[in-house]
Amino acid sequence: MAPVVRFRSAVALLGRFPALSGVDLTVEPGEVVLLEGANGAGKTTLLRACAGLVPVVAGEAWVLGWDLRADRRSVRRRVGLLGHAGTLYDDLGAEENVRFAVRAAGGDPAAVAPALARLGVDGRLRSTAVGRLSAGQRRRVALAGLAARSPALWLLDEPHAGLDAAGRDLLDDLVRSAAAGGATVVLASHEAERASALAGRVVAMAGGRVQAREPARVA
Amino acid sequence: MWRDALLVAGKDLRIEARSRVATNQVAPFALVVLVLFGFALDPDRGVLARASAGLFWVAVLLSSLLAVQRSFAVESGDATGDGLRLSGLDPAGIFLGKAAAVAAQLAALQVVLAAGVVVLYDADLGGPALLLATCAAATVGLAAAGVVYGALAAGLRVRETLLPLLLLPVVAPVLLSATRAWEAGMGLSVDDGWRWAQLLAVFAVVYVTLGVVAFGALLEES
Repeated sequence: MAPVVRFRSAVALLGRFPALSGVDLTVEPGEVVLLEGANGAGKTTLLRACAGLVPVVAGEAWVLGWDLRADRRSVRRRVGLLGHAGTLYDDLGAEENVRFAVRAAGGDPAAVAPALARLGVDGRLRSTAVGRLSAGQRRRVALAGLAARSPALWLLDEPHAGLDAAGRDLLDDLVRSAAAGGATVVLASHEAERASALAGRVVAMAGGRVQAREPARVA
Repeated sequence: MWRDALLVAGKDLRIEARSRVATNQVAPFALVVLVLFGFALDPDRGVLARASAGLFWVAVLLSSLLAVQRSFAVESGDATGDGLRLSGLDPAGIFLGKAAAVAAQLAALQVVLAAGVVVLYDADLGGPALLLATCAAATVGLAAAGVVYGALAAGLRVRETLLPLLLLPVVAPVLLSATRAWEAGMGLSVDDGWRWAQLLAVFAVVYVTLGVVAFGALLEES
């Protein structure tokens, strides 16, 4: 099978600054890959480039069989990105937010309720305006949006941030079941121990480049 | 495209219904503008009645700035703009949806303002066919141009101050044409109001077309 992510000497700019300066990375279907690196290493930019949000201006960048340099839109609706923000509308309820995301991506609205329930967003929380929720609850709603969409490629940037212990366990279960279901997961996290336990491979980044590949450490 | 437009319009209108910014801020602002014009020209109610068409459309124009700014403000919090780009929605559908939501708010606002000019300025809204046709064409044009320029300004830190600077000169023809058409419809001038309404329709078609074609590129840059 073709790799889900294949970057060769990929360069991406943030303004005039080369946030990715020659990234080589291959991620195979079903893999869970952890990106490690200090702040500014390029992890977030790499995830956003994989999602088609940051343009790759040189080198090769293929995601899910699409050439990112030629067609970013086809990639976007097939990946799920959880960034530092949850891309949630404060004035809409949790369920309305997830329903909008699922319908926009052409997904099945029947998946919304089970996804919310799985992340512990149930009862009155479902109809509560997201702007009134805590940071952890918002994170759960955003994760429910990903779960309901079931993207082929999950891109998670510091996914554990803001979650309590139970929420972190739910997230880990979600990642494991997504991978078991055939999805590919690339995550960036500073919580090395916890994230390494999820990942099958760790990729170290520094200065906008991939530095090394190594097997995941066992927690 | 139409499915995406409906989805985005429904989302934007639902957000407005919940936040009540349109009803609690935009509409009162428009009425305050009418009242202030009334204070400025109070000694002569005849002047107010004669100027009511222009004052009505100035109030609509200023209020449309708020509606457009609000439409893009909801896409800047919590990186929802990224969410919109990642959704895979057709950019033309996003444009049409956002423009439809702004247009719906402007249409409702015009009902309030029309009542305002009747009560405050003693205006006579005769010729309803021309007045309504003018409102429809001007509303579509204002909403379409507003969303185009709103997207253009959305990615900039100075968007709140830049948008009026960009948009007001562009929609000046709407103010001129709509005022002339309303004056004719209200019997305040002998102009052919329908020709002004046709000009408004052309403006609307141009900006709807521009938005459908260019919104994808604007969304990428915002």
